[in-house]
Amino acid sequence: MQAMSVQRNKIHPHKYSLWIAMGSITMMFIGFTSAYVVKRAQANWFTFQLPMIFWISTAIILSSSFTVQMAVKQFRNRHMQRYKQLITLTAVLGVAFAVCQWIGFMQMNAMGLPLNGPASVSFIYVIVSVHLLHVLGGVVALLIMFGRAFRTRVRTYSPVPIEVAATYWHFVDALWIYLLIFLSIAR
Amino acid sequence: MSNEATLHSQQEVMHGAAAHGHGHDDHEHHHEGGFISKYVFSMDHKTIAKQFLITGILWAIVGAFFSVLFRLQLGFPDTSFPWLESILGHWAKGGHISPEAYYALVTMHGTILVFFVLTAGLSGTFSNLLIPLQVGARDMASPFMNMLSYWFFFMASCVMMCSLFVQTGPASGGWTSYPPLSALGDASIGSKIGMDLWLTSMALFVVSQLLGGLNYISTILNMRTKGMSMTKLPLTIWSFFFTAVLGVLSFPVLLSGFILLLFDRHAGTSFYLSELFVAGKALSNEGGSAILYQHLFWFLGHPEVYIIILPAMGMVSEILAVNARKPIFGYLAMVGSMFAIAILAFLVWAHHMFVTGLNPFLGAFFVLLTLLIAVPSAIKVFNWITTIWRGNIRFTPGMLFSIGFVSTFISGGLTGIWLGNSSIDIHLHDTYFVIAHFHIVMGVSAFFGTFAGVYHWFPKMFGRYLNNTLSYIHFWITLLGAYLIFWPMHYEGMAGMPRRYYDYSNWESFKQFGDLNHFISIVVIIVFAAQLMFVFNFFYSIFKGRKLTTTNPWSSTTLEWTTPINPGHGNWPGEIPEVYRWPYDYSKDGVDFIPQTVPLSKDEEAAGGH
Repeated sequence: MQAMSVQRNKIHPHKYSLWIAMGSITMMFIGFTSAYVVKRAQANWFTFQLPMIFWISTAIILSSSFTVQMAVKQFRNRHMQRYKQLITLTAVLGVAFAVCQWIGFMQMNAMGLPLNGPASVSFIYVIVSVHLLHVLGGVVALLIMFGRAFRTRVRTYSPVPIEVAATYWHFVDALWIYLLIFLSIAR
Repeated sequence: MSNEATLHSQQEVMHGAAAHGHGHDDHEHHHEGGFISKYVFSMDHKTIAKQFLITGILWAIVGAFFSVLFRLQLGFPDTSFPWLESILGHWAKGGHISPEAYYALVTMHGTILVFFVLTAGLSGTFSNLLIPLQVGARDMASPFMNMLSYWFFFMASCVMMCSLFVQTGPASGGWTSYPPLSALGDASIGSKIGMDLWLTSMALFVVSQLLGGLNYISTILNMRTKGMSMTKLPLTIWSFFFTAVLGVLSFPVLLSGFILLLFDRHAGTSFYLSELFVAGKALSNEGGSAILYQHLFWFLGHPEVYIIILPAMGMVSEILAVNARKPIFGYLAMVGSMFAIAILAFLVWAHHMFVTGLNPFLGAFFVLLTLLIAVPSAIKVFNWITTIWRGNIRFTPGMLFSIGFVSTFISGGLTGIWLGNSSIDIHLHDTYFVIAHFHIVMGVSAFFGTFAGVYHWFPKMFGRYLNNTLSYIHFWITLLGAYLIFWPMHYEGMAGMPRRYYDYSNWESFKQFGDLNHFISIVVIIVFAAQLMFVFNFFYSIFKGRKLTTTNPWSSTTLEWTTPINPGHGNWPGEIPEVYRWPYDYSKDGVDFIPQTVPLSKDEEAAGGH
């Protein structure tokens, strides 16, 4: 069989696909937030204070963006020990973020704002939990990275997977900040 | 290094990280010839295309058969068909389709044809087949995601198929699934478990479309062969590109609408529900808006019709040029008009909602934007006609279906101008006029595009030809049948005959259409039989069709015909061909055709390319 020549690409295809995927996810949240805006313009819109813990979770996810970026740097420099620690830390921060969001839901529930309450309350639950699913998807990706880093039989030298994961992580971080600002202002 | 290994490690090689060829680390190390990896969990875009096509064909048979069943009810409301009871059981007691079954059949006909056949079956098949072959790529940007795209579609298919067999029947609130009907299990039996399965299936379907769309876009923008600038792309690729962009941007919005609907169904929220009474009992839901769902739905729903028609437009452009032996007329105008259609697709959704109490001033803007779509559509029609004008036409089956596409697109498109005017739409809304309009312009046209594509690229897919005689019979019955079915519906609609009704014989004003409905139903059965003949031709020819002896049977210029007759994974042995010219050099300087891979001659360079 004749050998095949190598495919030309300008950007790594996985990175490229990730950017389009992020556009697509953004559209989904634009869908939610514009539904929210349309609903808000109608009569009987109920307003309330967001639980404070959402600001704590914001601090957590912001710091996790720093740790994942440092992990990419350590990987490029082949400091694998530091790299493993940093992605573990990032994943732990991701889980902590999830826990905070969950506590936020419990607090809202305790304040007499259940999921099946007014639409403005239901929207918070839906939007926050769909975003949370995307964060948990990132945690799963980091766990896969973690598993790969411990393999001894095959070694990975390509920084592409961790770069893709890190870009996604920054994206869900930025998405959360957008959502929080949106939900705080448009109440 | 085997070619499979080349394919999978090239990414690492390209990005300079892998020290040697076996640097690829994980999953995808399969061997040539393994049945499972070659035909089932294949990552070869050509196999995935065939999987989409065959699944689409199976769905098309189901969806079309459903239309035969409900046409029996509409055409012969007083006749009993005992065989119906033997296949549908209690859904057709005494040989009459029950009202519940009728609504379920109509709903599933719409869902299956719009999403499973004309979205997945059409763009899934041809985007997968043609994008890597025509841009000169070994495979998609991510072959693994591409495989997942098919298997998500397969799972969506399984769930939808299961929903047909649950005790309370499948979803039956129309393919649009408007709440409150779709949100309340007590409102109709089709809104019970069938509706949940429908939503689950559609969510899986959206995932499949997104995975596919991501790949199509990044392959087209990022993996073109040397010399293949965007303006040297065949129009097929441009159309798949715009289709994928529309899908990636609009399907997520549909998904968010579905998520809110699921919460309304199961978590007691009131996004869409307000002040409702079901079976004499007041519901506690308050403050929701059913119109909100319509906004979210039609924000996808309208781009969706272009997701269906754009690939057909692209393939028809290509097939008309090849078989007229003439360059496409107005290449850049074609690209520009597709771009315009893609933009306008997002700005016209409310023309589906003129009768929802929409602010008439807002409606006026949507009327204007809707009518604007006529401009790019007319440019395209003009260019198709001028492409074949005084061409040296070869009436291959693919060419006939392409010409048929132009015909149905014109006659269906014109009625769109009527319906786009809110003042006329208020009269014609939800009548048979609308049915006639969108079936001709979107259903029949998209099917003609699909058939044209299948007839034209079947030799590339299977290395054999389809039977020509059966193809011609298929074309003429389908073309005449389509007009005989849908043309009379315009008159019914203008007389105000509403769609979705179970039986019209009780209405004094619609009794006059009894014979017409009778006639339409008979034609439906004949056309359905002709489609089964096509299906026979398709499967028979895969195994027994006349074999291809040349790599380029249609004397076409594009890259897919530079591959071997039965290309392996990776498409081109050795080097990927380089591209020097646009794809429409037909009958140029007395030469019948010049493939894209032929370098420009000195004269041509002096003249500045094409």
